[in-house]
Amino acid sequence: MTTMDSDSLRTSSRQAIQDQEYPTKTVLSSLLSIEDALGWIPEESIEEVADFMKATINDVWAVASFYTNFRFAPPTPNTIEVCWGPSCHLVGAMGLAEKALDALGLENEGDTEDGAVTFKFNTCLGACSHAPVVAVNHKLKGQCSEDRLSELLTQIRNGS
Amino acid sequence: MTVRFEELKKAADESWVGLHGQQAWIRVGSAICGEAAGSEEVIEALQGEVAKRGIKATVSIVGCLGPCYAEPLVDIITPGGSRVFYNNVTPELVPQIIEAHIANGQPDSQLAFAYEGDTAVEEVSPLYDLPMMKGQVRIAMRNAGNIDPFDINQYIANGGYAGLDRALTSMTPEEVLQEVKDSGLRGRGGAAFPTGVKWGFLVGSKSPVKYILCNCEEGDPGAFNDKGILESDPHTLIEGTIIAGYTTGASNGIVFIRHGHEGPIVKTQQAIKQAYEAGLLGKNILGTDFNFDIEVSLTGDSYVAGEETALMESIEGKRAMPRFRPPFPAAYGVWGKPSNINNIKTLAYVPEIVSKGGEWFSSIGYERSKGTAIICLSGHIQRPGMIEVPMGITINQVLYDIGGGPTPGHSLRMLQTGGPLGGVLSADKASTTLDYESMAAAGAILGSGGIIVADERTCAVNMARVLAAFCQFESCGKCFPCRLGTGHLVEVLERISRSESRPGDLELMKSVGTSMAASSLCGHGQLGYNPIQSALSYFEEDFRSHIVDGKCPTGQCSEPIIAPQRTRPHRWSAPAQGRAPLPAGRLALR
Ligand SMILES: Cc1cc2nc3c(=O)[nH]c(=O)nc-3n(C[C@H](O)[C@H](O)[C@H](O)COP(=O)(O)O)c2cc1C
Ligand code: SF4
Ligand code: FES
Repeated sequence: MTTMDSDSLRTSSRQAIQDQEYPTKTVLSSLLSIEDALGWIPEESIEEVADFMKATINDVWAVASFYTNFRFAPPTPNTIEVCWGPSCHLVGAMGLAEKALDALGLENEGDTEDGAVTFKFNTCLGACSHAPVVAVNHKLKGQCSEDRLSELLTQIRNGS
Repeated sequence: MTVRFEELKKAADESWVGLHGQQAWIRVGSAICGEAAGSEEVIEALQGEVAKRGIKATVSIVGCLGPCYAEPLVDIITPGGSRVFYNNVTPELVPQIIEAHIANGQPDSQLAFAYEGDTAVEEVSPLYDLPMMKGQVRIAMRNAGNIDPFDINQYIANGGYAGLDRALTSMTPEEVLQEVKDSGLRGRGGAAFPTGVKWGFLVGSKSPVKYILCNCEEGDPGAFNDKGILESDPHTLIEGTIIAGYTTGASNGIVFIRHGHEGPIVKTQQAIKQAYEAGLLGKNILGTDFNFDIEVSLTGDSYVAGEETALMESIEGKRAMPRFRPPFPAAYGVWGKPSNINNIKTLAYVPEIVSKGGEWFSSIGYERSKGTAIICLSGHIQRPGMIEVPMGITINQVLYDIGGGPTPGHSLRMLQTGGPLGGVLSADKASTTLDYESMAAAGAILGSGGIIVADERTCAVNMARVLAAFCQFESCGKCFPCRLGTGHLVEVLERISRSESRPGDLELMKSVGTSMAASSLCGHGQLGYNPIQSALSYFEEDFRSHIVDGKCPTGQCSEPIIAPQRTRPHRWSAPAQGRAPLPAGRLALR
């Protein structure tokens, strides 16, 4: 992903704020819309939202830092999420998390050093009946064994 | 434009008959659960196979019928034939199924799972004789898995919007309210408050703008029934909400869903759009002088956003932090306007209650818990899935008759019910009946209907620790008993789980838990100690084993403890180099 310069970040943020689907526009809805469009919340977006919503920078940061889905650094091309909800925990989520972290060379949530993959926990991916569940680039994979996870990680690495 | 319901119904019936007319109709369950099982690949394969053979068939995506263990679940009905279900379908099996069932007109009895209809399929069980389907009474889930959630006509053809028509054209709001009161319906979001009484509060608040808020935050891990309903049959929620609006004199409805759950979001949006087009929303609904609007509001990742006042803050675009009460929502809700908040399941019952009457609904169920319970089974169980059963049957019946019992070769040890603020029960408490009062008396709650089954491999300390970690992670941080208390509980439980406890740890947890219950602002902190307390009361030996003998009774706690380190306010990933630190004062609350 090419990094955008400050001006284009501003323009895209403004566009995303304008393009929101829902008639009721708020600080949160604007941030969500930017997150969808850019995959992250740059500082420029915070300012644009503050400007559009007639809120203070503080108000916007308060909201952005509260909801754990927002990220404040450019996204990596791949995201892997491991559910650590109790249903998944019972059937092996910890093993999956450990495996993924090891393979990615990470200690906890975050981006790999080469900027290729983001690892995240999720409190419940909503498919508990197919636990353990992981999501690769937002696509859910149920009954995920450690072997399957390794395959998925390899696929990500090979860009498929 | 005024539309009469009869016209809508006529068109819908015709389209339903059309679906069963000339060609095969293939339905694929593809709610969140179906997707996780791989339904998308199966749909692709089906479409490819049908095209390749030049077969005329309609392929529809439906929601979740409930037996998630059988997913990907495909069913096929050919003109004049029965509807035949195929379980655990893979793309590789698709050509064989299409060849047998559609090309040769012979359902593949080896691969079939069940059938529904007049023509029996040899060696295959009727759908409602399957153990998982047998004991069910499906009200809110009546259409789940049967109709295309994107098609309003299929909903109307199956009795949809008849309740709304009845309410608007032949009942006063007072009469509808009375039906809901008579039904004995209580909230399915956790607190089990009588819905009719709650609606009555809103009736009493006079304002030109009043809101009906539909809560599909559904952050409870182990529960997926709200999303399941929206994915399977969004119109039942829309209809229930419009009826709630008519009954209470409200002007607007808001469906509140967590961002990122695309299935429920897209289906709800589409349902709202179709309802407008059909004249079921907007001005002069069904030619009456009743006006009502609905929109979707999305929230970010926050469990507490499901709490009723935090939800209002979130709709207003702020941090999802609960408000002080009073004033209560019926007086001062979202945007300061009178509001009523209900869970998705609660509202999903309303159309049938109005169609069939409150008395009918209250004839199902048990004592003070009327109607059905929508249960999500997960964990160490043979047949995980989503089911709807009458209140008052026992957990045992649900686990064994419907769920098939624990994973083969293992034995039931514990149950976690009602979400992370609910409780932990021992196996012998599985004789408890599913109703609000009995569950509460057993030290758990029915809550949103999640039942997580754990077998003998599970240690109660481990379970308590995971639930406490969730509560700590999700604490909104507004009040300190919960913000600090949840963290403190996790710390102690981690110690115990590593068998490094200190003297007095159990007493310490109890004292923290008691303070949290007494002094937290919202249910999150007030109930956060519940799972630990119930785990302690049923499995004290597990705690003792860790504390006294220095070992985990099941060995489960030897796993490393990995959990997200983030806490609120958070900053996801390191900022790019040279980026200025977050502005000071971002912690300031509004
Ligand atoms: C921390 C917390 C989280 C909650 N999350 C939800 C939720 O996700 N969905 C829900 O329907 N109710 C949730 N509730 C309960 C709501 O506050 C509210 O009682 C419910 O939506 C009312 O609907 P009902 O009367 O139909 O049950 C939550 C409560 C608390 C304290
Ligand atoms: S109890 Fe917890 S979740 Fe509720 S307001 Fe206090 S800190 Fe927030
Ligand atoms: S607990 Fe993992 S998907 Fe719900």
